[in-house]
Amino acid sequence: MNILVLLRMIPDVVEELEISNDGKTLDREFLRLIPNETDDHALEEALLLKERHGGKVTVVAPDAPELDDVLFACLAKGADRAVKISGVEPVMGGRAAARLMAQVLTTAPGLLPADLILTGVQSTEDLDGLMAPILSHLLQLPYVDNVTQVTADGPGKTVTAVKEFPSAVRAEFDVQLPAVLGIQAAEKPPRYVPVAKVRAVMKSQHLESAAAPAGVEAGQLEILQMAKPEPAEHAEMLAGDPAQVAGKICEILAARGVL
Amino acid sequence: MPDPATTQYFGLPGYVVLWILTLVAFYLFGIKVAYYVRTLGKARPEKRWDRIGERVGLVLTHVLGQRRLFNEPGIGIAHFLIFWAFVFYATSFFWNLVKGLVPILPIPYADDVGWMAFALEAFGVLALVGIVVAAVRRYILTPPRLERTYDATLILGLIALLLVTFLVGAAAKTRGAPGVYLWMWWAHMVTVLGFLAYLPYSKHMHLLAAPFGVFFSSLRPGAPPPASEGASRFEEFTWRELFSGLACAECGRCDRACPAFNSGFALSPKELVHKVKELVRAPGAGGKFLGEVVRPEEVWACTTCLSCMERCPVLNEHIPLVLEMRRHLVSQGEVETPLQQAMMNLNRYGNSFGQSPRARAKWTADLPFKIKDARKEPVEYLWVVGDYASYDPRVQTVTKATARVFQQAGLDFGILYEGEQNSGNDVRRTGEEGLFDVLRGKNLQAVAKARFEHVVTTDPHTYHALKNEYANGDGGWTGRNVLHSSELLERLLAEGKLSAHRRLDGVVTFHDPCYLGRYNGVYSPPRLVLNALGTKLREMPRNRRTAYCCGAGGGRIWMEDPPGVKERPAESRVREAAGLHGVNTLVVACPKDLVMFQDALKTTGLEGSLAVKDLIELVEEAAAPSERSDSHARA
Amino acid sequence: MSGSIWVLAEHWRGQLSESTYELLALGREIADGLGVELQAVLLGHGAADLAKGLGKANSVLSVDHSSLCEPVPEACAAALVQLIKERRPRSVLVPLTNISMGVGTLVSTAVKVPAANFCRDVRVVDGGLQATCVLYGGKIEATVTMGAECSILGIWPGARAAENGRSDVVPPVEPVTVSLPEAPRVRFKRYIEPEAGDVDITQQDTLVAVGRGMQGQANLALAEELAEVLGGAVCGSRPVIDQGWLPLSRQVGKSGVSVKPKLYLAAGISGAPEHVEGMKNAALIIAVNTDPRAPIFNVAHYGILADALEVLPALTEAVRGKKG
Repeated sequence: MNILVLLRMIPDVVEELEISNDGKTLDREFLRLIPNETDDHALEEALLLKERHGGKVTVVAPDAPELDDVLFACLAKGADRAVKISGVEPVMGGRAAARLMAQVLTTAPGLLPADLILTGVQSTEDLDGLMAPILSHLLQLPYVDNVTQVTADGPGKTVTAVKEFPSAVRAEFDVQLPAVLGIQAAEKPPRYVPVAKVRAVMKSQHLESAAAPAGVEAGQLEILQMAKPEPAEHAEMLAGDPAQVAGKICEILAARGVL
Repeated sequence: MPDPATTQYFGLPGYVVLWILTLVAFYLFGIKVAYYVRTLGKARPEKRWDRIGERVGLVLTHVLGQRRLFNEPGIGIAHFLIFWAFVFYATSFFWNLVKGLVPILPIPYADDVGWMAFALEAFGVLALVGIVVAAVRRYILTPPRLERTYDATLILGLIALLLVTFLVGAAAKTRGAPGVYLWMWWAHMVTVLGFLAYLPYSKHMHLLAAPFGVFFSSLRPGAPPPASEGASRFEEFTWRELFSGLACAECGRCDRACPAFNSGFALSPKELVHKVKELVRAPGAGGKFLGEVVRPEEVWACTTCLSCMERCPVLNEHIPLVLEMRRHLVSQGEVETPLQQAMMNLNRYGNSFGQSPRARAKWTADLPFKIKDARKEPVEYLWVVGDYASYDPRVQTVTKATARVFQQAGLDFGILYEGEQNSGNDVRRTGEEGLFDVLRGKNLQAVAKARFEHVVTTDPHTYHALKNEYANGDGGWTGRNVLHSSELLERLLAEGKLSAHRRLDGVVTFHDPCYLGRYNGVYSPPRLVLNALGTKLREMPRNRRTAYCCGAGGGRIWMEDPPGVKERPAESRVREAAGLHGVNTLVVACPKDLVMFQDALKTTGLEGSLAVKDLIELVEEAAAPSERSDSHARA
Repeated sequence: MSGSIWVLAEHWRGQLSESTYELLALGREIADGLGVELQAVLLGHGAADLAKGLGKANSVLSVDHSSLCEPVPEACAAALVQLIKERRPRSVLVPLTNISMGVGTLVSTAVKVPAANFCRDVRVVDGGLQATCVLYGGKIEATVTMGAECSILGIWPGARAAENGRSDVVPPVEPVTVSLPEAPRVRFKRYIEPEAGDVDITQQDTLVAVGRGMQGQANLALAEELAEVLGGAVCGSRPVIDQGWLPLSRQVGKSGVSVKPKLYLAAGISGAPEHVEGMKNAALIIAVNTDPRAPIFNVAHYGILADALEVLPALTEAVRGKKG
């Protein structure tokens, strides 16, 4: 099975995010970029599929700071190829990312056809739409989202995707291949790859590069402003040291009859 | 008396009979020993030929002096007597064997030499007493983790037999009973030859292997094994790691000391070494070594507290075995999720908490003064704060107290702010060597341009890494004096830069952190500080070298406790402290201890009766600045 | 009617979802602000009866097709695309739930109109629409405008109170037909019911909920202790479940369960919309977080700006003291 995993680097919210002077974009100077968490799960699911059914896993990602290390880690985990889309400005939002990915997949040699295209179900910056459904439309492929498991026991023309519904209910869907799946979580947490293995891969393998197509169209949304949310619009804040706060909570609970 | 070697037996002269018996015994002995030598030759090399003088010293102390045997005095004395009897009896045996094999040699038998005969008789009697003590201990007052095996019985019996045959022979000689003497001489020689032949096949192989094990033991116990991708099968271990299996006497001291074992975790250090012995006996038998013979949960249970190695009479090395196998599991990505998360956090953020590196020095915001940035201005003391002290809100209180005390003492100190990363000590103990390299590299890079003279930290884990493992290769932070805060405080108090204006008169007990005590031998400074503050120190039964680990080391703090735990190490420890008469404070000198013991107080319900405090908190209490200005006014 | 506001009436297993009512409440405000009609679009198979519950809308467009029996995003999107092309609504509100997540994006791409995702609020400003979108796990909010043409708005659960979207009025229903592919590329097979969990958190009066801010699985003991003295149970947000700190049966939010306890104490939970979806209706919400901007404080009744690791033990102690 030939699987493409699309990976995006997104701002790490462990760091304080700052808005740049125009008030409409993130200040990229202090950003730490990390792989989109659900993309990491998409890679894990792809690797699990490869382990079960054989095939090849190729990771494709738009260039970003620290991306090389991330891609080498993907190779160390078991991906066969890692392709960096070079010459791209940082893009925000699923629409631009999807168009970029679609163009690269169709123009760069050796990527399509693929049986499965896996990517994270969403990223925290998909302001103008999710990447996977847009990509599925652009490539005219079937699409399922919130996927937590993929099995390929059939004759090879379809896979079974398990999608999450509310109330911890899940559902199985038969999906014709090739298809785009938005992965919510892999069957098990993404594997750990030791530093030494990544270093070894850096010496023995290389990253491929695909040129970004010129003129990726901008989104159709106009961002008026970006801001940090106002703190505590709703909650009544309780102040004091932990013991004092605990006392206040106890009073509230007692007043409400919870205690 | 007739010469047993020239007397005729069934038409054969005695020496011919002796030749036949000797050849058989040495053949049996030789093929087994040759097998072990050949087999260990296939293992990974490890250099253990350096610093011969120190190694000879170890042999004198631990083989001839039997030092660690005396940790358990009763059996220690018994073993000492048996051992020294053995030394004389072995000498006498080989002496007599040479004379017996070559009767024409112009030398007497050993027991015909006055002083030798006396030593043999004296040690013979004492050793028989020792054998009785050993037998009583093994069969009547059996301590935990000592087994009553057929093998042990056989060996005890053989030793008793060779002693008795000699003593009876000696008596026969003085009383003029040549027939009995000849019988006893032969019975003795045959017993010893049998013993020799059986030795390499039995648990008493330790008798042969232990002296070598001691000679080749690590001069820095607990140091990580030489660079490797880990070990899961015979050839991947170093010969010295495997040799532990041969030197082990299965005395069970390690199990009795092991916090993981005593908490009901999967690990028994004794079993682990025994499994290594089986591996050396038959590499490849019994299934995959790591995975089937040794289960990963055993390997992960170790807190690397060093108690087992500290207690082992033959200086066996359990922790390198654990670390080799952990390295292998890590290389295969077989890492449980919480630990994996900690590793990813360390790699990405430089701290195991997964918090922003920029938040590392957030605790300084509440201080009434600014701490120097050691990257920007020269300082005398570079304070490496460590993860728990920086990020854990419960420890931050102590960290701030530390800063205030340093400031009060007029110390010229600074920190690295967001430039500091976890020292990597614990992640190295989880087997993630590559990550340790990365962290060490980043820290060394952060201080590359800093100017400082000494390094100080409150965290024994950080202390250990900086002091011993931060040079490129092996050794400490080049050219720097690395101090634990307790050492610095002791110095500041001694020099009068800090003084206990308000003497604390409570009764306290002190918990020795593993990486400060056993790993680095720092036992006195914290006690001197407590003394200087006026507190009365009452020691726990397990103190200094035998201090009981809190359970957090070796990366355990990032791992889940396995189901079915009897009593967590920290719980055992706080109960031990609470059981001391009049003690209401357990003093610690390690951020992780503070967290572990505070939690344990809750789970044991001891919260009301015992308080856990850091040494520095007491120092601040006693040396509060207001008092200081008073004293200055007086002065 | 052209230029009206549409709401995708999400339903599952025979019931309209709560999000549908929330969207109706929001859609009503927008439609009234623009002076246009609000229409609900009901896609399903044998589900036309559900239209009764959509009285907050002026009318209901009801599509019945066998491919819409179970919610397959592709099928829903294909149906919606045909309706939009025929009728050109001003804006379509689609809930961002597990059921409908990708529908809005699929539709906007196919019809080639702008989409705004992750909306927590939409307002009418100078005759145009402005949306507030939650980005970066709630760390940033973006205000966006879509122009006057048709647009698709993906709305987070909790944008409005569901109560405001209910009505006793039975709306007029207009049956509409669409043509969908006979052999769909994605075919529903079966549901997998959750395994019975150790504790049914939906039945608890008190829940102590833990998030990433608890820093490690070892610290969960603090939450368990508090839950024990309060007589409740521990639950968690998605990251905590994905880390394996708690079993799936304890997950609150988008893919987990929705809970309505008397007390919901959120410890170290930032309050991503996916989580808020599952707990916003709790009678009393108390949140502990170190980040003053954490969105959890927008749904909590009481907030404590502190480290949960410090507050939980103190609270356990206080509750114990209170109980004697």
